Amino acid sequence: MAAAASSALHAVGAVASAKPRSAAPAVARRRSVRVAAAAKGGPGSSGRGRMVARSAVAAKADEAAAAAGSKSGGHELLLFEALREALIEEMNLDPTVCVIGEDVGHYGGSYKVTKGLAEMFGDLRVLDTPIAENSFTGMGVGAAMKGLRPVVEGMNMGFLLLAYNQISNNCGMLHYTSGGQFKIPIVIRGPGGVGRQLGAEHSQRLESYFQSIPGLQMVACSTPYNAKGLMKAAIRSENPVVLFEHVLLYNLKEKIPDEEYICCLEEAEMVRPGEHVTILTYSRMRYHVMQAAKTLVNKGYDPEVIDIRSLKPFDLHTIGNSIKKTHRVLIVEECMRTGGIGASLRSAIIDNFWDYLDAPIMCLSSQDVPTPYASTLEDATVVQPAQIVAAVEQICQ
Amino acid sequence: MAGAILRRVTPTTASPRVAPLPLPLPVPLLARGVSDSTDAITVSTSVPFKSHIVDPPPREATTSARELLAFFRDMSLMRRAEIAADSLYKAKLIRGFCHLYDGQEAVAVGMEAAITRADAITTAYRDHCLYLARGGDLVAAFAELMGRRDGCSRGKGGSMHFYKRDANFFGGHGIVGAQVPLGCGIAFAQRYRKEGTVTFDLYGDGAANQGQLFEALNMAALWKLPVVLVCENNHYGMGTAEWRASKSPAYYKRGDYVPGLKVDGMDVLAVKQACKFAKEHVLESGPIILEMDTYRYHGHSMSDPGSTYRTRDEIAGIRQERDPIERVRKLILAHEFATAQELKDMEKELRKQVDAAIAKAKESPMPDPSELFTNVYVNDCGLESFGVDRKVVRTVLP
Repeated sequence: MAAAASSALHAVGAVASAKPRSAAPAVARRRSVRVAAAAKGGPGSSGRGRMVARSAVAAKADEAAAAAGSKSGGHELLLFEALREALIEEMNLDPTVCVIGEDVGHYGGSYKVTKGLAEMFGDLRVLDTPIAENSFTGMGVGAAMKGLRPVVEGMNMGFLLLAYNQISNNCGMLHYTSGGQFKIPIVIRGPGGVGRQLGAEHSQRLESYFQSIPGLQMVACSTPYNAKGLMKAAIRSENPVVLFEHVLLYNLKEKIPDEEYICCLEEAEMVRPGEHVTILTYSRMRYHVMQAAKTLVNKGYDPEVIDIRSLKPFDLHTIGNSIKKTHRVLIVEECMRTGGIGASLRSAIIDNFWDYLDAPIMCLSSQDVPTPYASTLEDATVVQPAQIVAAVEQICQ
Repeated sequence: MAGAILRRVTPTTASPRVAPLPLPLPVPLLARGVSDSTDAITVSTSVPFKSHIVDPPPREATTSARELLAFFRDMSLMRRAEIAADSLYKAKLIRGFCHLYDGQEAVAVGMEAAITRADAITTAYRDHCLYLARGGDLVAAFAELMGRRDGCSRGKGGSMHFYKRDANFFGGHGIVGAQVPLGCGIAFAQRYRKEGTVTFDLYGDGAANQGQLFEALNMAALWKLPVVLVCENNHYGMGTAEWRASKSPAYYKRGDYVPGLKVDGMDVLAVKQACKFAKEHVLESGPIILEMDTYRYHGHSMSDPGSTYRTRDEIAGIRQERDPIERVRKLILAHEFATAQELKDMEKELRKQVDAAIAKAKESPMPDPSELFTNVYVNDCGLESFGVDRKVVRTVLP
């Protein structure tokens, strides 16, 4: 195995290409610095102290200045537009990139992620499918085996349960069972998570279902900056990548760089450095955490907030460095308590960083119930900022 | 080398093949005046084609001595290899599931004769002979069955996961029907890249009831994908006869708006004729279904004796009346392209080839333990894959 080969997972051009995951401390230090720089108001910095209303309407960034590190002024856009920009850029760069999904073409996408793409690239490259998730996901895998790079959209992540066999057996495993002959450079994406009273079947969190599938990579985007970066990286990756978006985050507004950039698929994002406790989160819960962080800061705590972004594999490097500093961990996720991402993360942290812990790892997850329709009940299903504050106070006793 | 046996030879001006191995044929097989003629002869297929919303191709198929002998050799090799696999399984050298193709050889061989290596084939788990027909290496096949390092999937796939990318053989799939949308996706890519090639998407009478098949058929027809859906109807979905599983066992008609052809799958010339016709059809007009009326002598797999749901008389009867190799043997003898003794000698040679391949495959060692973690991701990048952990966590943090 190539020991120090740099990651070819997204080897093409641009800024944040992955450094080799070697043991050398020097490399590690460099990476921490780079990630921290991103947090200090680096390109498209988003998050410290940002308040987002629960319905995630466009939020004002508290940094009015142009994104630091961006040569030109940068431009402001919404998260779904960032995804779209990424798609357009990649489809222009590589003619084998195509989009497959329901209503992605003429309708422009149910969340407007693919708006205008069919006019730009044609009906074959932006393929409107019938409602047949199992088979069009399978088709995407077959097309990927034959040399295309499809981006398969599940209109709602929950619908991809119908395609579970294709995602698990064909998508995840074919590279292995063929002894490395076929690669499946497919991206499977779509919105999931608990929305605004969408009902149980449209409020699913599939990251816990897919996490055991060997051969898959999973990432969750949470800001326009990382949405665009992760989408581009996922498309360029030779592995199958599941990109989890969130129904309530599509209208987040942020300024992102004008020049091309990619986010590392396996890297976590340092949202707010701190000293007292490491809070690990992803997707929409990031915003609940940041809301709680404001309260915590007022109460005199200094939480370190990390958006883990990479759900499979975990960025245990960034996470480990943080735990070494703070010795306390809180995981805040939207997954169910049972068998969720938090459960796996907790287990991984215990395996690797037990000696650094001063307190038991706390994990706040959604309740193990179908998401109810009534708004008060729905609110009680997911983790709220007040619970996060209470948890941090408990951990830091 | 056994691979040389399966060189495709086509008497007519077919499109250029990708098969790299050149003639001549091994000397022992030619020494005795076995005909190598490429003069065209016309043979009628056993039964006329039955069709659904399309005009069927004619019953008269052209072939030649050379082609018939190649058919005989290829099918005999496959038959021999599958029977050898049976013995290996009983000797516990092959484990798990092993689905044997003997009886159905004509489908693999006839199809290969009608197409090029640029066309794609995908099938389910009864894939050993399709792999061989696509130019797969006999040693690699047996090594894979025995889980050895030199197997075609490095020992990590097994019986149900044979692939050969450079011959456009896309496997090798364990879940019934899951390969059907995959095949349509391959055809989509072929159309997208304007390759002018087609995909043969094989499934069985059991898989014909899968919903994803109809989903895929709808999309293939909608977008005129160059895919030929081939239903290898061996009349039993494991232990369930077709009339107990399908309301309509006329699988070639179940495409509704998609045309279909019913073919005698035990007649290699009928298969070749139908596949040639199908390839031309799909390049023009979108998908078509070919129902190959075939039969498997073994049970569903080595775990199934195959006699609890069908009678031994039935199996013996098919062997007597419709065996694909015997049909070709009769043709060869009738046209005096070889003598009965010469054909027997050929079979003996092939048996030796198979035995030699098995011996060679047995020498191959088990995969290295590190292989457990390779090929989980492309460019493992020096990572070992431990589920959600990564190797870097094993380091001491600065």
